[in-house]
Amino acid sequence: MSAALKIQQLHKSFGQVKALDGLDLSVQTGQVAGFLGPNGAGKSTAIRVLLGLLRPDSGSVEVLGRHPWDDAVELHRRLAYVPGDVSLWPNLTGGEAIDLLCRLRGGADKSRKAELLDRFELDPTKKGRTYSKGNRQKVALVAALAANVELLVLDEPTSGLDPLMETVFQDCIAEAKTAGRSVLLSSHILAEVEKLCDSVTIIRSGRAVQSGTLAELRQLTRTTIIASIDGSPERLAELPGVHDFVADKGVVTFDVDHDRMATAVQALGALGVRTLNSAPPSLEQLFLRQYGDDLVAQEVSA
Amino acid sequence: MTTHRESLTATRDLVRFALRRDRIKLPIWVGGIGLGMLYAVSALPTVYATPEERQVRADLMDSPAATMMSGPGYGLDNYSLGAMITNEMVLWLAVPAAMMSIFLVIRHTRAEEETGRAELVRSAVVGRHAAPVAALIVALIANAGVAVLTALAMMSGDLAVGDSVAVGVGLGMTGLVFAGVATVTAQLTEHARSASSLAMAVVGTAFLLRAIGDAAEPGGNLVSWLSPLAWGQQMRPFVDLRWWPLLLAGAVVLGTVAVAYALSGRRDVGAGLLPARLGKAEASASLSTPFGLAFRQQRASVIGWGTGLFIFAVASGSLSDSVTEAVAENPDMAEVFAGQNPTDGFYATMALFFGLLIAAFAVTSVLRLRSEERSGHTEAVLATAVSRSRWISAWLAFTVLASAFLLAVSGFGIGLGAVSGAAGATVIGEVTLATMAFLPAVLVVIGVAAALFGIRPGWSVWVWFLVGYAFFFGMFGALLDLPDLIADISPFSHLTVMPLDQLDAVPLIALAVIAAGLISVGRALFQHRDLDAP
Repeated sequence: MSAALKIQQLHKSFGQVKALDGLDLSVQTGQVAGFLGPNGAGKSTAIRVLLGLLRPDSGSVEVLGRHPWDDAVELHRRLAYVPGDVSLWPNLTGGEAIDLLCRLRGGADKSRKAELLDRFELDPTKKGRTYSKGNRQKVALVAALAANVELLVLDEPTSGLDPLMETVFQDCIAEAKTAGRSVLLSSHILAEVEKLCDSVTIIRSGRAVQSGTLAELRQLTRTTIIASIDGSPERLAELPGVHDFVADKGVVTFDVDHDRMATAVQALGALGVRTLNSAPPSLEQLFLRQYGDDLVAQEVSA
Repeated sequence: MTTHRESLTATRDLVRFALRRDRIKLPIWVGGIGLGMLYAVSALPTVYATPEERQVRADLMDSPAATMMSGPGYGLDNYSLGAMITNEMVLWLAVPAAMMSIFLVIRHTRAEEETGRAELVRSAVVGRHAAPVAALIVALIANAGVAVLTALAMMSGDLAVGDSVAVGVGLGMTGLVFAGVATVTAQLTEHARSASSLAMAVVGTAFLLRAIGDAAEPGGNLVSWLSPLAWGQQMRPFVDLRWWPLLLAGAVVLGTVAVAYALSGRRDVGAGLLPARLGKAEASASLSTPFGLAFRQQRASVIGWGTGLFIFAVASGSLSDSVTEAVAENPDMAEVFAGQNPTDGFYATMALFFGLLIAAFAVTSVLRLRSEERSGHTEAVLATAVSRSRWISAWLAFTVLASAFLLAVSGFGIGLGAVSGAAGATVIGEVTLATMAFLPAVLVVIGVAAALFGIRPGWSVWVWFLVGYAFFFGMFGALLDLPDLIADISPFSHLTVMPLDQLDAVPLIALAVIAAGLISVGRALFQHRDLDAP
């Protein structure tokens, strides 16, 4: 499978501040890649480098087989971008802004635009300055989704959208994937990423701390098991790979490492299981595990 | 019910906050105005050392053309240093004081509302009228600074204390009047830019009214009195000092504040009194290119400038007769023009003046590139299939075309005004060409702005120093007898535009080449730097 987008060892500093510190990131062609990280982790900086708006200090960047700084114009015909905080020209209407952006990119499908306006329930006759944040976001989304491009670069595209519109957005991304488009979706709404993305990269202090498919990431962490058993639970607690063990009136709850799952289940079986409940780690747990020590540190200092 | 007192809660904090934010801007404005006065006080006595020399100057000032650009001409029969400064400098310090006050008030009221920061502040324990009152207090502090510095500057030249104070207070009150005007315009429109444009239009009208009134008869007529810019000079410092014109200024300050107060009670935070309208659902065909976008963004501004300049140009041009008459009656004055036809001299001065105004327009147009970048609009455009070079070229091309158009409109206006009197119809073509001859000088200003923008968007504002310098030089350079090298810094000091046959092609081409060089430097630099984050 080829990569629609590939970043290797990307560094970018602003004066003393290291925004990107050896970032690796890739999006496979035809896939939706999630790009996760809290505010200030370097997501937007990475995206601005991908668009050729910032020049990388070092490292290699390739988008659709081209260099974003040198081949910006050629490249931008083949991709569409939605910024996280859309600012519209105050004196242009939403419809005019959409048309302008589409035309500057090389044209868009009129009927598709009309359909998207309808689905997002956007009034295109209002002036840019009168739109709310969510509506400004919709203007940028319609302009990007109406384009017939190979790659969508979306920087927290749903910030400010209500839950209904978020569903519409998710449908649109699923359709884009069916149409063969590649998508880079930066977000901190984990449920959205879990639902849409084939692969995920978690970024921290300008560096990727984890990346892979969701299944791969899940293997890196523990599964939570809740079971009611007849036998005595003590032996379970001593098994290698079992953590956070709690036993209460015949109900045991514990986390188990992915590679110790088989031993734990065998041991449970020997204890006479009546009910068994296993929960794979959610993306939230994965994410919090990466940032968990920060949370602990905060709690300690607080 | 909120009480009157509650509506001013936290005013003091906002004043301190505003002073903190403006800790660089305001000292530059106030200090610059003070230095302008100090410069006049120290330079003029060396240029015009004897009463005889000053009297020659006074005769020169006794023409409608000179009056339009200076003052009502009190004390021309005994032209002392103080009378000279009041008559010739005060207007040119009052206009910056007015601009400082307008920008200050809009910055802390409407601009805050437009960006949404005001909402954040108002949600805290802050009274409804705290922000505009705080802005007015800061304007009061800044204009008090202007008054003190200019008065001290005059006293440093051994001028009479009472009259010096009158000049200073007159300048400060003029600034404050326009602070009041800006508080009103800030209530009317939703955009900071339109609010300051509206207030600046009031300054332009005031300038025009004073010019017309003062040119009509010595000491000015009723029309002059309609202009707040006239009141400081009407105090007649160093001639026959009277204080009561200050009352007019005080009344206008109170009046405008009362109007703004009443208006602000009738609108929501962030909203203007003039309602927003719905627009087109689809973009017209012209809005398909970066140039189309630049045109659309600045169309209103060009129409506004064009209308203002045209009216002003016709009014100025119509005075050419009285200049010619004045010369016919006064043989001494013909000598002052040293053989040059005084009517031509008048047209040349007018062309220069409008050229400088249009340089200011060109700067505002180029500086919009900076606000486009800061607001994230440039990012949106460059994320499409538009190259950086195409973007900046389209924008600058629009600025150049608009400047050429405005020069043509101004020149045509001056000519039309002149023809309304005794001048022959050929004057229209001649004066239009003479005014347009300043285009290469305007191009150099555009080039400097573009080059600075290319280095860093924030640096582009420094181009105002060049425009300020050129303005000061164009208006006072000849009087001050400075070395050529200093005069040469201004791109406007290289052209003799009237009569047309004296117009030399070499400086025109040289300026155009320099401008082209600067513009390509700016374009190259812009292509190689990071885009500012919104």
